Amino acid sequence: MSLDKVAVKNIASLARIEVRDEDLDGLAVELSNILRFVEQLAEVNTDGIAPMTSVAHLELPRRSDQVNDGGYVERVLANAPEQQDGFFLVPKVVE
Amino acid sequence: MSMVIQGETGDWEMVIGLEVHAQVTSQAKLFSGAATDFGRPPNSQVSLVDAAMPGMLPVINEQCIYQAVRTGLGLRAVINLTSVFARKNYFYADLPQGYQISQYEQPIVGEGEVVLDMPDGSTRRVGIERLHLEQDAGKSLHDQHPTKSFIDLNRSGVALMEIVSKPDMRCPEEAAVYVAKLRSILRYLGSCDGNMAEGSLRCDANVSVRKPGEGLRTRAEIKNVNSLRFLQQAIEYEARRQIDLYEEGGQVVQETRLFDANKGETRSMRSKEHAHDYRYFPDPDLLPLTLTPAYVSAIKADLPELPDQKKERFVREYCLTPYDAGVLVAEQANADFFETVAKGRDAKLACNWVTGDFAAVMNRLGRSIEDPPVTAEHLGQLIDLIADNTISGRIAKEVFELMVETGQAPAVLVEERGLKQVTDSGAIEAAIDAVLTANSGKVSEYRSGKDKLFGFFVGQVMKNTGGKANPALVNDVLRKKLEG
Amino acid sequence: MSPTQLTGMTLRQARDGLLKKSFSAVELVESHIDAIATHSQLNAFITETPDLARAQAVKADERLARQEGGPLEGLPIAMKDLFCTEGVRTTAASRILGNFVPPYESTVSANLKQAGAVMLGKTSLDEFAMGSSNTTSAFGAVINPWKRRSDPEARLVPGGSSGGSAAAVAARMALAATGTDTGGSIRQPAAFCGIVGLKPTYGRCSRWGIIAFASSLDQAGPMARTVEDVAMMLQAMAGHDPKDSTSAPIAVPDFSAALTGDIRGLKIGVPKEYRPSGLSSEMVKLWDDGIDMLKDAGATPVEISLPHSKYALATYYIVAPAECSSNLARYDGVRYGLRVEGKTLDEMYAKTRAAGFGTEVRRRIMIGTYVLSAGYYDAYYAKAQKLRSLIARDFQQAFELVDVILTPTAPTPAFAIGDNDEDPVTMWLNDIFTVPTSLAGLPGLSLPTGLSADGLPLGLQLIGRPFDEETLLRVAGVLEKAAAFTALPPGLGG
Ligand SMILES: [Mg+2]
Ligand SMILES: [Zn+2]
Repeated sequence: MSLDKVAVKNIASLARIEVRDEDLDGLAVELSNILRFVEQLAEVNTDGIAPMTSVAHLELPRRSDQVNDGGYVERVLANAPEQQDGFFLVPKVVE
Repeated sequence: MSMVIQGETGDWEMVIGLEVHAQVTSQAKLFSGAATDFGRPPNSQVSLVDAAMPGMLPVINEQCIYQAVRTGLGLRAVINLTSVFARKNYFYADLPQGYQISQYEQPIVGEGEVVLDMPDGSTRRVGIERLHLEQDAGKSLHDQHPTKSFIDLNRSGVALMEIVSKPDMRCPEEAAVYVAKLRSILRYLGSCDGNMAEGSLRCDANVSVRKPGEGLRTRAEIKNVNSLRFLQQAIEYEARRQIDLYEEGGQVVQETRLFDANKGETRSMRSKEHAHDYRYFPDPDLLPLTLTPAYVSAIKADLPELPDQKKERFVREYCLTPYDAGVLVAEQANADFFETVAKGRDAKLACNWVTGDFAAVMNRLGRSIEDPPVTAEHLGQLIDLIADNTISGRIAKEVFELMVETGQAPAVLVEERGLKQVTDSGAIEAAIDAVLTANSGKVSEYRSGKDKLFGFFVGQVMKNTGGKANPALVNDVLRKKLEG
Repeated sequence: MSPTQLTGMTLRQARDGLLKKSFSAVELVESHIDAIATHSQLNAFITETPDLARAQAVKADERLARQEGGPLEGLPIAMKDLFCTEGVRTTAASRILGNFVPPYESTVSANLKQAGAVMLGKTSLDEFAMGSSNTTSAFGAVINPWKRRSDPEARLVPGGSSGGSAAAVAARMALAATGTDTGGSIRQPAAFCGIVGLKPTYGRCSRWGIIAFASSLDQAGPMARTVEDVAMMLQAMAGHDPKDSTSAPIAVPDFSAALTGDIRGLKIGVPKEYRPSGLSSEMVKLWDDGIDMLKDAGATPVEISLPHSKYALATYYIVAPAECSSNLARYDGVRYGLRVEGKTLDEMYAKTRAAGFGTEVRRRIMIGTYVLSAGYYDAYYAKAQKLRSLIARDFQQAFELVDVILTPTAPTPAFAIGDNDEDPVTMWLNDIFTVPTSLAGLPGLSLPTGLSADGLPLGLQLIGRPFDEETLLRVAGVLEKAAAFTALPPGLGG
């Protein structure tokens, strides 16, 4: 798959990474090369092969329904770039 | 009951499917040990996992699995013995991980159904497509600051069941009845408290319209309708909007719309500038969830009696009409109250009292069944007093009001206030004689054929006895005296 | 003992010395703090914690005096800066976490603390562990203490992503260190720096509190100078953790006891596909020598086939970026780390993430975003997970025939900083021998068995059955003895 500028812009937007317009062409070439490299998998016949879900052949462990965490606002907010009255603050979201 | 809407170009019908998000009743969150209580200070019920701190990992709460399986069984649905948690990736300020852990291709519960009891006494079946477990997001407050939104993660990670119906509903009323019935089932199971005001039960509606007999047309998804009234309004408005659009030669686009309760309109959420591409993939931090058949059958064996079964039993045991039974069983507490009142008594009478005077007083006083104005025991005793002729039906209404006022047992009130029915025929005869003597003119009129005056004499006797005379006896004796 | 003697010991020797009171934990730690200062030009540490280390050493001496010390009591080690450490800045070598101070301690680092180990500081790595050269760190490249004989001025990479840990252990700045390995990030730097590194079976060590790169592959492991030291470290690091759903509820065996020195009768798998035509003759010879050494010790080499391993890199470069694109979505400037303001929330996200992530991380996030996006999932991600099943099945079938597998760790010795930078795919080829093991979740160990013609260490990799680190260590112990690799980086008394 060869990616063009538009596709790269769309991926960057989905990934929320700002990319300057002048960098789009270079990125398109780079990402296309990578995709060409990984696309060698297409030559392998995988009919009837189940995708791996986990290398750990374990049962999903379960916790009991007990409240034993939380209750520490200060730890939650300790690294916040912006906070007020116990809330995290972000630029206003308009809906 | 398919509702047909007349348009310029002919008839249209609505096609409605609902996605209900029901908060799972649990102490702790789906993947962390933080509490789930409503209305606590911001970020006070947040673990490092819920805040998506680097290196934090999810571990599933067994109670949430249990509740999902019970709910699935309550919806007569297929329980999938293997299900997979997947990440739904998108960016939002109140979604700390940058993804929601949900279930995608393999949900824990598959197809099931809900039976709707329509007000006209008919029933409708609505298919359940699936039920899956997922995390709730946090909450954004947009009205605290001119340029900032405030983020509270208390809800972040709370377990939700997303219950998706098939597009089986055809009118707004059905949608409302569906949500009410689902809510009733969830509350019976105790898997969700069903509180719409606190957001424990939230509803999104998928609405499309079509010409009768057509296949499905493009649908719009209406988000976050938080009452049954709004749900009906939103669907109504949206269907009308789509019909108008088609009839003007336009096309409906698949989109998410928001219901504005103030304006009674839905509007496009075009502010979402990014196209949604959730990039689902199995969550590598979790393994597939496997259940044993034994686990599922143990839960099945332990299910409580659910509304449909209870309704059927009420019809059978208490000879109620399906409609009366349906009304009674909608809320488990009402049904329990009714059963306490009805046990060993005239069920029809009990039903009339519970759904009649009792319900009216509850409404008037704004009380709840958990805090009733009259206890079920007292109401039962009142019915006993009617049944053994201690009081008349008319006096019973008076006694009932006194019970509401005083909280006292009916027998005590009847005794204290001397409300016992007079069944002594001597006393009744004396009262009748007095009435006949005082109204000799009317007696002659009656005897010359004015039958209708009989009621007048009964009224006078009752008035003079303070209503306590046994009406049957009064009738009897009076008739004899007048004819005689 | 002189300071260089103190830093020149193995973990085991230092442990014995402390128990015999030949020196104190404070002396041991001081000499390592001095060594860190001496080798500061290697840039192995992002954050040094000398005061914390001194305080821990004092406590360790007290416990040792009361004979209450843990198995690693008073032993100074370095911590890869991917392990969250309570109250100590943890960066993942990224600007986006520049000032992040975790209010919690990772399970593995807590286990080491519990065992008495003293933390000297947080070592550098490729940003978010994405790399094989340790040149993508936001805190500058780490320099390999080894030098080319032909060109001693050339600054070589220590390998990556656990390059800081590898350099610190090789340069005697720490007795041992923690690493993490997603596609070779313990084994390849261990090979480049002439030390021993072990990636345990996926699920052996808890991932809780380790900054995630690719969740289905990430695994913590020890890096040290001998096989025995690696066994001691793993003993303390490993164990079931209920906070990690993928942590195996399996008892931790006595790893040191596994070093019996006896490998008679074991079958050593030699995968025929791991001899690509481009493999250098000195690497081929190193490998053949290794096979001979094990043969001499009574094991039997068996040629095996791992036919799908050649697809491992392509598989890895779908799976790992896909998981990373999701794992790194949390770095959004809202709750911690860097924030670059924007007019809207989306603008803030995009600016923060553009400024906070380096080139390689951005590249992988974008590839991962693409391969998961609508319409491409089946062709890329689902396909890769199927290949992963096939690769794992190859190993499973091989392990019906053999007990361990022997391969080179990396195709070349350490290269110079700036080499391989042109094309990411060329850089990724470094991991060609280590990635298949990671995809299958198997344990892999790298140990130095010889020097290149240019005087640089070369490593061989042993691969074991799931949760059979014991056999891996047993064979490694024998190989270590036979290879007798004693060379030291120049200037370190070798
Ligand atoms: Mg949905
Ligand atoms: Zn949902």
